[in-house]
Amino acid sequence: MSEIKYITTPLTEETVKNLHAGDFVRITGPIYTARDAAHKRMYEALGRGEALPFDVKGNVIYYVGPSPTKPGEVVGSAGPTTSGRMDKYTPTMIEQGMKGMIGKGFRNDAVVEACKKHHAVYFVAIGGAAAVISQSIRSEEMVAFEDLGPEAIRHYEVVDFPAIVGIDIEGNDVYKLEIAKYAELLNK
Amino acid sequence: MRDIDVKEVTRAVAECCIDSCNNLPEGVLKKLEAARKEEISPLGCQVLDTIIENAKLANKKQVPLCQDTGLTVVYIDIGQEVHFTGGDLWDAIHAGVAKGYTEGYLRKSSVDDPIFLRKNTQDNTPAIIHCRIVPGEKVHIIVLPKGCGSENMSQLRMLKPADGLEGIINFVLEAMRTAGPNPCPPVTVGVGVGGNAEKATELAKYALARKIGEHNANPQYAKLEDDLLELVNKTGVGPSGLGGKTTALAVNVEYAPTHIGGMPCAVIFNCHAARRSETTI
Ligand code: SF4
Repeated sequence: MSEIKYITTPLTEETVKNLHAGDFVRITGPIYTARDAAHKRMYEALGRGEALPFDVKGNVIYYVGPSPTKPGEVVGSAGPTTSGRMDKYTPTMIEQGMKGMIGKGFRNDAVVEACKKHHAVYFVAIGGAAAVISQSIRSEEMVAFEDLGPEAIRHYEVVDFPAIVGIDIEGNDVYKLEIAKYAELLNK
Repeated sequence: MRDIDVKEVTRAVAECCIDSCNNLPEGVLKKLEAARKEEISPLGCQVLDTIIENAKLANKKQVPLCQDTGLTVVYIDIGQEVHFTGGDLWDAIHAGVAKGYTEGYLRKSSVDDPIFLRKNTQDNTPAIIHCRIVPGEKVHIIVLPKGCGSENMSQLRMLKPADGLEGIINFVLEAMRTAGPNPCPPVTVGVGVGGNAEKATELAKYALARKIGEHNANPQYAKLEDDLLELVNKTGVGPSGLGGKTTALAVNVEYAPTHIGGMPCAVIFNCHAARRSETTI
């Protein structure tokens, strides 16, 4: 197993250059949450020539809609949601300067191409491991679209958020590589 | 005749909602631990370790295993000797979901109108209710919260008799490969064969309501479940779809009589957070 790489956000060119599909990472720093409805609103805002509710440059967006926060906790359970639903909006976000995304599941070719072209990275978090992941979230702050409830944009400060590099800046896709490897091995 | 106040139903449904979302069934946890011992992929091992740790942590802290606490599917078997009092039974079930999701700090993921408004109903209602009238004077309830990551990978195919067993097997494997990481493997695969389009789909979901480890009572179908499990675990999808030999923990097949001209088949996945809680009143 490769060793764990500790990285900080916002992401720099230096950092993303060093990441390869399949690497274990621990992410520390600010990240922003957004999923289906928030992406739709941001995409439409850009279409109208308006600014985004936060500066995405170098930043990481986490595809998550947390469960409500229990009294005494910082945040509810907050694991990744299926990233593919954001594929439609992602190349535009990457063009705006977004450097990283955290989610789970397959991405389409347009996302892979955008990662290659603009040096962005797709991180995979373990779906359904929400209670464990939440422990790395140290603070939460509302940023925009509060009316969307779990889908609102929030700013999290995370410490050692556990993830795996899903798509690197060369366009390598961990899912495709690993599934093909084991499909071959198990059918020998 | 036995009188049951519908408030009893509300209370039971609410408890099952909270219990299922916070506590992974013990059988599922055991299967995960057994799979961890067999897994050969380093990423896969890491994933299994994390989801086992997650299940234990959620149980200890009494928080949801996964933030997507789903739409709430409720199976209710009503003994025909039961007489409900104190209100509308359907309202009581929905009230149970609202109570469980609100008091349990579970995420409300239900929107009222699928196309135009998509406004959150704020309490996760309505429940999706499947009801049967059965002999006796008891009420049996199974609550199966189901997240959308796995639900979105569901498939229905109107296979033809000539497609035969091979057609079923190929369809299940194709559905699994297409789903890949999205339904958060290791999954439970629910397969519904026969009936018509809606019956096959209902059966596939009902197959997921089974307790893990139970097989179809028909030996031919039980063997098909074992065979499919072996094949699904050779797809290489692995834990979280990051490669490995633990793609599914179980394949459950349910079947029903069908038309001379058809062999509909539906596949629905349940994620490793295979939430399920049951109770009897
Ligand atoms: S598919 Fe994954 S993210 Fe969705 S409910 Fe299941 S475990 Fe959670």
